Amino acid sequence: MKPRKDLLTIESLSDEEIHTILESAVAMKEIFTKSVKKVPALKGKSVLTLFYEPSTRTRSSFEVAAHRLSADVTTFTLSTSSVVKGESVHDTIDTLMSMKMDYIVVRHKNSGIPAVIARHCNASVINAGDGAHAHPSQAFLDAFTIREKYGEVDGKRVVIIGDILHSRVARSTSVILRRLGAQVAYMGPGSLVPPMAHTGIPQLKDWDEIFTWKPDVIYLLRVQNERIESPFFPVADYHQAYGVTEERLRRIDAQDISIMHPGPVNRGVELCDAAMDYRNCLVCNQVENGIAARMSILYHLTPATLS
Amino acid sequence: MPPWPRTASSNSPPINNPHIDLPAMPVLNEKDIQEALEKWTDHILAAAAQASSLGLVGLISHGDVLAQRLIRALELKGMHAQYGAIDITLYRDDLDLRAARPALRSSYLPFSTDGMHLILVDDVIQSGRTARAAMETIFEYGRPQRVELHCLVDRGHRELPIQPDYVAFRLENATGDVNVRLKELDRQDAVHY
Repeated sequence: MKPRKDLLTIESLSDEEIHTILESAVAMKEIFTKSVKKVPALKGKSVLTLFYEPSTRTRSSFEVAAHRLSADVTTFTLSTSSVVKGESVHDTIDTLMSMKMDYIVVRHKNSGIPAVIARHCNASVINAGDGAHAHPSQAFLDAFTIREKYGEVDGKRVVIIGDILHSRVARSTSVILRRLGAQVAYMGPGSLVPPMAHTGIPQLKDWDEIFTWKPDVIYLLRVQNERIESPFFPVADYHQAYGVTEERLRRIDAQDISIMHPGPVNRGVELCDAAMDYRNCLVCNQVENGIAARMSILYHLTPATLS
Repeated sequence: MPPWPRTASSNSPPINNPHIDLPAMPVLNEKDIQEALEKWTDHILAAAAQASSLGLVGLISHGDVLAQRLIRALELKGMHAQYGAIDITLYRDDLDLRAARPALRSSYLPFSTDGMHLILVDDVIQSGRTARAAMETIFEYGRPQRVELHCLVDRGHRELPIQPDYVAFRLENATGDVNVRLKELDRQDAVHY
């Protein structure tokens, strides 16, 4: 893989880069099984996690990944940072560059902020979610999880369910899965699913259509209460219309379909309790694979601070 | 997926071998390599006869093929050795100097190395940096009782105080590329120089 400084979107990657990062993630995962769960690949490098939006699992996943590659990790938290004191993004970047960081992992509620930071600094910038735009590391861990379960992504059928419109996960994950040869369909509240004319991705009407479509994977998106000022509908109604109920879980089981979810799961909204214990529920695999995928991403990026 | 058994078709195109179609002078042919492996096998039989648990660990992506061949040859002579393969890329000291980062390969070491007699097998030794990285890698899987380094070709130009315990061929201070080709990966057995 040729040197690449930043990871901002899946669209910006070549097929070769996508395959290389996925391939290395397999080897990274094997590091977990050794007695010493650490390799010296990024020894002496510094990684900064810069999260302007709350996150527990993405941030800790990146931190664990960096630690396992022997990098030093600094955490920049919103509540304690000078951002609350009114510092602009540009001034923050200048401050960070003075600290000689090699990798910066950014999450921001506005689309495009990671790209702005990437343009203005030598460090490798990894987009850990910007607005409703992109979440490429999530896409890699999803593709890796499906590949691990089925041997390949090519030819698999994946239906993504929920608020597609506001979801950066849906955007990045559907792009990577289709690049790898999977078929993707959407299902969700009518006004929250972009029409096929814009996306090229078919829209299924309801759960009956999903079961007729015969998917290999059902991917539930989280209902993002924090992003929507006034709820579109009561939680119980959402569960009945779009969630995995116990009755639907029986049909999922009968058709041997896998369940995925980017987490954290709202139990009783997207998934019933029993779905979390279902034999083909891959939610925990996704968390574990997230570390391997992020190790691979960090390893394959080349900061301009090295030259 | 364990790299064993591995054939040329399972990994195409051959990696780590940009010179495959370049005409170069073969200094060793299939017969030379075959004979060298026989002598090598006899050396291991004699030297490791006392070892209670012997493991051959090949360095991906040519050392592992040599290790597999040696294990098969040892098996025919009644000696059992465990097989392992390691990708040492993440332990290299020159990661920052390398522009391209190819995909990592999965290491395969299905046993604890505690108390074992290990033989690291590689195709070519030059600077000794790969061997250093391999030693660091191997100690993360346990504490072997003894570690040896065996190579098919020693081409000189050492940069570290590391010497192999067994070498099949010496090309003293060779200049230019020394290129080992093995059937399983490159469709032929030869050493080009």
